Amino acid sequence: MRIKRKNQSRQCSLPDEKVDLTLLDELLKKYSGKQGSMISLLQGTQEIYHYVPVSAIKKIAKEANLSESDIFGVITFYSQFRLNPVGKYIIKVCHGTACHVQNAPDITNALMIELNVEDGKTTDDRLFTLESVSCLGCCGLAPVITVNEDVYGKLKRADIHKIIQQYKSLEEKQNG
Amino acid sequence: MEFRTHIMVCAGTACVSCGSFNVKKVLEEEIKKRGLDKEILVVATGCQGFCAQGPIVVVQPDDIFYQLLTPEDVPFLVEEHFLKGRPVKKMMYTPPGEKTEIPTMSEIGFFNKQRLIALRNKGLIDAEQIDDYIGRNGYNALIKVLTEMTQDDVIKSIKDSGLRGRGGGGFPTGLKWEICKNSKGDLKYIICNADEGDPGAYMDRSIIESDPHSVIEGMLIGAIAIGAHEGVVYIRTEYPLAIKRLETAIEQAREYGLLGKDILGKGFDFDLRIKQGAGAFVCGEETALLASIEGKRGMPNKRPPFPAESGLWGKPTNINNVETWANIPWIILNGADRFASIGTEKSKGTKVFSLVGKINNTGLVEVPMGITLKEIIFDIGGGVPNGKKFKAVQMGGPSGGCIPAELGDTIIDYDSVNATGAIMGSGGMVVMDETTCMVDVAKYFLNFTQAESCGKCTFCRIGTKRMLEILQRICEGKGEEEDIEKLQELAAQIKDSSLCGLGQTAPNPVLTTLKYFRHEYEAHIRDKKCPAKSCKTLLTFEINDKCIGCGACARVCPTKAITGEKKKKHLIDQAKCIKCGACFDICKFSSIDKN
Repeated sequence: MRIKRKNQSRQCSLPDEKVDLTLLDELLKKYSGKQGSMISLLQGTQEIYHYVPVSAIKKIAKEANLSESDIFGVITFYSQFRLNPVGKYIIKVCHGTACHVQNAPDITNALMIELNVEDGKTTDDRLFTLESVSCLGCCGLAPVITVNEDVYGKLKRADIHKIIQQYKSLEEKQNG
Repeated sequence: MEFRTHIMVCAGTACVSCGSFNVKKVLEEEIKKRGLDKEILVVATGCQGFCAQGPIVVVQPDDIFYQLLTPEDVPFLVEEHFLKGRPVKKMMYTPPGEKTEIPTMSEIGFFNKQRLIALRNKGLIDAEQIDDYIGRNGYNALIKVLTEMTQDDVIKSIKDSGLRGRGGGGFPTGLKWEICKNSKGDLKYIICNADEGDPGAYMDRSIIESDPHSVIEGMLIGAIAIGAHEGVVYIRTEYPLAIKRLETAIEQAREYGLLGKDILGKGFDFDLRIKQGAGAFVCGEETALLASIEGKRGMPNKRPPFPAESGLWGKPTNINNVETWANIPWIILNGADRFASIGTEKSKGTKVFSLVGKINNTGLVEVPMGITLKEIIFDIGGGVPNGKKFKAVQMGGPSGGCIPAELGDTIIDYDSVNATGAIMGSGGMVVMDETTCMVDVAKYFLNFTQAESCGKCTFCRIGTKRMLEILQRICEGKGEEEDIEKLQELAAQIKDSSLCGLGQTAPNPVLTTLKYFRHEYEAHIRDKKCPAKSCKTLLTFEINDKCIGCGACARVCPTKAITGEKKKKHLIDQAKCIKCGACFDICKFSSIDKN
């Protein structure tokens, strides 16, 4: 039996933004000829662009002699890799066991309401990305969130508004 | 230069998050300002373990323990303690429910019941200085192995010590080494598994942050014993501080000729590199970890062949967990007998636990095997906060189970813990009180394993999803009478038909909560009630007569469901209420009932 695909011209639905691919050259040189370096290459790529752009996958596949589908398989397997651009501030809400029993779901909920964004998504103004992560490893501070490098611990729902406002007003100041 | 006093500032992740580097900076400034910088040295150490009280500062040699410091406290502290010689009482630790402060670290219950082997150097050395480690007998075990012992001597010593794998499996370490040594092949690998994925556990991170050289030395000794010349530390990328300290330590060890070619002039070569994981829980499984190091999707493979015969790139490979490696130098230096004298008949030595959840003294503890759960939770952990009742402790993360309060006399020992249905695991110990819903906890872990299942085995991939759906239904009050039976049937099938440890143990949280807390499942299903008042959809929020009409609840309500005139009793519109609980949190007059 032949299975006919519904949409034969199925295109990749991922955003393909124009990025400066020459930034990858140094990384590709560093790992050139090294066995088993696909994950390191992708981590390096994500460090540059904060996500893995489709055009970068194509370039890495060509230059490091890997298949595009293998790279895509690795990206989608590991939770660290993102295929979509992210906001300026990445908010990670810890959902480790310690945080969970100390009401981490409430914190995510409060952030979703405060930012008006779904979990795992980026706000329309590209300022905040909200993510749930499995354990940040500082259970003594539960419940914990991180905003880029800043850590906020022992949170209550009421603290969320203040924290977000702090970044919003910082942005307003920077933009004059 | 001799210093009369050392001020040890904890620089573990938890204390750093609370601002310990700011405290350190102000300490240094204040000490310099008063001209004491020739007498007093400020040192940044690894994690001290008492994470609940951070930032922590310990003054040596007097052993004075200060906690919850802020930069504003520092000028007064320096003036009083270091200039006038009067330790400051109000910055010392007071146990919950007591009135008098405890001045020294060794008198605090949290510390004095512990027995330190893997964490022997915690808080005593600067993790970024190899000389500090050497000053505490560091690398002496390596010298002993290189000069006095044969490969078989080392393996015999580890076998005699009775050390079992601390990553959770509990396989005898000496035996593992022997199998790998006897495998044919000129090229062998040594791997340190630092992919600590269990939510609620951070032992390995703390060991690397506070004493990275103990892991490197352990790996060196293992490499000599099995004849490996290359090693890899596979570490979670979520641990930036641990990675940085390990990189520094490897660099320093190379400079000192402890890594690289011809180590200590004895003709042995060994080098170490770091490989960062990319966030997949299943990579803690040995064969999946190897696939990940090779740059592939981290999916497990069938065993045999075991990694000891065919591991990384098809070569014999020995994998041990961070804590196991950190124990090795101590055993070589102090003798297998001394290690074996600690603990129970089948579980020797100590175990590090991260004690978290609903507990007063959150932190990292190392205890001798054979201690009871109650001793850990009440004597060391200081019990459950806010006068709540201790209900259960979860051990072993998503592969483990919940041990109820009635079994608090269970001793820490691989076999005794297994008998309860939980597992020793890597050392996560999450304490739960009466407000924790056990069905919700089971749902939480299933949600985790379901998301982390690599998808290779059908029963693990689909079975865990179906179990999760049933649990979600139960928590929403849509459970049916036969759900419990269905859960048990699925659990048995998933355990039987999964290739790796993840699937084989994924149903454990459900099975143990069903075993000990079946009545909670039944309350959700039959009465549509959550006895712990935790499952939101089964609750209603109502305002009682204590309400004074301050309006605080109305202001925080995200859906504007609360209305009422000022100074009069308010009302919640149940149709609009999303049961977020914001009103309950903010009300100062306990006038919101949740039922």
